[in-house]
Amino acid sequence: MITLLVHLTYLGPLVAGLAILAGLPARKTAITGTIVALVSALIVFLGYDHHAGGYQFVSGFPLAVSWDLKFIVGVNGLNATMLLLTALVALAATWVSPTVEEYSHRYMACIMFIAAAAAGAFASLDLFFFYAFHELALIPTFLMIGIWGTGNRQTAAWKITIYLSIGSIILLVGLIGLYLLVPDQQRTFDIPRLQAMAASGVFAGAGANSIFLLLLIGFGTLVSLFPFHTWAPQAYASAPVPVSMLHAGVLKKFGLYGLLQIAFPLMPEAARHWTWLILLLLVGNIIFVGLVTIAQKQLDLTLGYSSVMHMGYIFLGVVSANLIGVDGAALLMLAHGLSIAALFAISGELRKQTGTLDYRDLGGLAKSMPLLSFLFGLATFASIGLPGFANFASELLVFFGAFKTATPGSVFNGYQWAAVCGLWGLVISAVYMLRAYRGIFFGERSQRWSSVRDVSLAVGWPVVMLVAVLLLFGFAPQIILQAVEPGFRYFLK
Amino acid sequence: MSPIILELLVLGLGLFLLLFEAFAEKQNRDLVAWLGIIGLVVVFLLLQFGKVSSHSGVAGYTQDAAAVFFKKFVVLTTIVILVMSLDYADTLRAFVHGTSLQAGLGEFYSIPILTCAGMMWMASATDFILIFVSLELVTVSFYTLVAFMRKNAASLEAGAKYLILGALSTGFFVYGVTWIYGITRHTNLADIGQSLSSIPAGNLHGLLFGVMLVVVGLGFKVAAAPFQFWVPDVYQGAPTPITAFLSVGSKAVGFIVLLRVVETFQRLPAVGDKLIVAMVVLAAATLIYGNFAALPQTNFKRLLGYSSIGHAGYLLMAVASVGAFDAGLAVVVYLAAYLLMTLLSFLILIIVAKHSEGDDIAHFNGLGKRSPFLAFGLLVAMMSLSGIPLTAGFFGKFLVFKVAYESQQFLLLVLGIITVGCGFYYYLKVVRAMYWQSAAGNNSVIPVSRLSTVTISALVLLIFLFGIFPQLGLGLLG
Repeated sequence: MITLLVHLTYLGPLVAGLAILAGLPARKTAITGTIVALVSALIVFLGYDHHAGGYQFVSGFPLAVSWDLKFIVGVNGLNATMLLLTALVALAATWVSPTVEEYSHRYMACIMFIAAAAAGAFASLDLFFFYAFHELALIPTFLMIGIWGTGNRQTAAWKITIYLSIGSIILLVGLIGLYLLVPDQQRTFDIPRLQAMAASGVFAGAGANSIFLLLLIGFGTLVSLFPFHTWAPQAYASAPVPVSMLHAGVLKKFGLYGLLQIAFPLMPEAARHWTWLILLLLVGNIIFVGLVTIAQKQLDLTLGYSSVMHMGYIFLGVVSANLIGVDGAALLMLAHGLSIAALFAISGELRKQTGTLDYRDLGGLAKSMPLLSFLFGLATFASIGLPGFANFASELLVFFGAFKTATPGSVFNGYQWAAVCGLWGLVISAVYMLRAYRGIFFGERSQRWSSVRDVSLAVGWPVVMLVAVLLLFGFAPQIILQAVEPGFRYFLK
Repeated sequence: MSPIILELLVLGLGLFLLLFEAFAEKQNRDLVAWLGIIGLVVVFLLLQFGKVSSHSGVAGYTQDAAAVFFKKFVVLTTIVILVMSLDYADTLRAFVHGTSLQAGLGEFYSIPILTCAGMMWMASATDFILIFVSLELVTVSFYTLVAFMRKNAASLEAGAKYLILGALSTGFFVYGVTWIYGITRHTNLADIGQSLSSIPAGNLHGLLFGVMLVVVGLGFKVAAAPFQFWVPDVYQGAPTPITAFLSVGSKAVGFIVLLRVVETFQRLPAVGDKLIVAMVVLAAATLIYGNFAALPQTNFKRLLGYSSIGHAGYLLMAVASVGAFDAGLAVVVYLAAYLLMTLLSFLILIIVAKHSEGDDIAHFNGLGKRSPFLAFGLLVAMMSLSGIPLTAGFFGKFLVFKVAYESQQFLLLVLGIITVGCGFYYYLKVVRAMYWQSAAGNNSVIPVSRLSTVTISALVLLIFLFGIFPQLGLGLLG
């Protein structure tokens, strides 16, 4: 029974999107679709037996027998977590999405398609559909930013589309290379089977290093790894709120998920070969992009850059290649997704009320919007990584993981230097987030904002939900960790 | 049933319709198109479900899986071309002399059927003589069709250009064939393949010369750079249904022949290695020229012309990888996908252009509002052309990249990555016009005839079917 529920995680939004295009009421249908997805994702996550490990609830059907191409879905701990994240953010994004005057049906349908594409990519256990689903989100994103975006929306839409399409075609070439490394008769798109083959050293052959580099650049572009990140801040700043939430919160994690599920487990040797490069780039993410974030004068751009910056920590956890670090990376993927989605939701509400996100115009809004200010504070603390939130637990694990690579008695290695930079990064992110908090909600309130209304809980509850989940996993991170560990233990041993 | 009967049926249908058009003066000319469509549908059903044996009894004629697949697609293309022509009749009428209102329309509907017969022959031909004859049947009927709008200077210019360059390329082709014949004493590709090993080393240069001439001749047909310069003007000047036919049909058969020739000669290393190098150079030049020249285009018809050069580049990429196991499959699947999405774009272009007085990309502004159906159809076509997964176009690109990787064509892979990025830009330019921009002047709703609605829906459905269930496409190949 649960086996079929995995299908509902992407079918819920997909069917809702099609039904909306066919003429059903947009908002109600969309919320129904996302609730169906959330309930099934929750049941799948809770139903996953972490003692047994491996892939569970696997189902599907063959499409091209001669190539062993199947449409097949299923979960291990990692993608069950990602599906949960997708469903949570999708529901929140749907709920807070403003009513647009023109084409409200197409607007909602596009959101549904983006959510379905993300869920489908995480649920697929077939390389072909894993890739295909993700790229399906490109067109709705292009349309959403181009039609309903704000500010410099046309440039932003072009930039994100061209960047991501080139990134994914590089990724495609890398995946083809991976596929062709397998001896002729055993070639398959089946991810679990590919992982099982990795133990016999199939993917350590000639060319493995260059294939890993292709995968790294491809996935890296999708995660906004420095220096392939420049599409992200502008796109997130210009996109409609639900798109920013879904993209920054969920879709961007696809690249990391791919690295954790495919690139690293299949090619650990090649990953070690390129460790120095990844460490260098992730320090670029944390320090360079962090400093750029400090220089921002608008909340939307600050959030856009900060979401790029935080990818550095996740990379640090992934690259440390020990259980603590990778666990931390997985938890941080969830935590960052939830916190950035909450922040974008709040910024959207702010823009709706005030029409601007510029720090120089805003100030003292805590007086007129106590609830929103309180929620923003919580989300800010989560984003900085204050104890109690899942972000804290995961960042701590990441740093432990980085330090665990050391050989006792020797000088600092690259991981440790990167971790030191990461700790400074925490200071940087505290600086820009607290400055944003002060600039918007405290200080002198100008006369313009005296009549601004606070959000009601009826509108704001999705943010409360996201923050509550962050707190839950902050106090009980083991719920996630024990789910994802069997999958990681498999390739880290 | 011998497979040749199908070709003869199509040929007979074309001749009958020409006579019908000449003698049944009182009949509505649309009847000619309808009869043609019905006849071709019957042929298609025979191809799909009829018991066609694979032996024809004719030398130099093969009915392999690829040939059957191609015949189906050629027939399908011609059906869609006739549907387009019906929509295009009003535009055509304005540019044709004649005493009656429908003068010339009958020929315009029946000549494509003769072209179709030529293409069907060509898919099966494995003898240079037979290839040449069917190639000429295709090309000569295109000369007529391209210049069909006699009162339109652009159409006449296109016709003259196409005639001169077509004749030139035919010259190259025939001269190459004579060299090959002189050295191998055969015109049949299978016999040539067998005699390759016994050619004295001193004659190899002559053979290489002949093969290269044939490649140049075919390069013109498939619009490979640097033999592509006729394409933009001819595509823009010709009647739009004929442009679609040219870019799909003439390219498809050109590639089938090219593939057969390359497959034959690559077995002999002395010639084959150089042939592959030539293919790589052609593919690289075509990819770069087609995609980069498409970037600044503002006219949709011209854009499709350049994009057709770009797609020839990807196809050549697969031909250059002929050593890989799946290379032939990649060419076939790519062509099939290309056909579906290009026909869909042209069909919608004709309908939109008719109601917008022009075929610039700007004339598509606000199409999302004027006709959500057409806009969605074109969105699917553009998605497929740019290679978004779960559409037919992605599947073709995937296979091409796969075979290129398998045969280590890394230069082409790098170029392919860059040009796919370009493709996203110029195809999405059309999407932007339809959905982002609002219509400038003309805001009226665009009516779509029932026949066109059915055709567009069928093409959209096929694009998704091929993208999601590749087995379906592979299954058609047997």
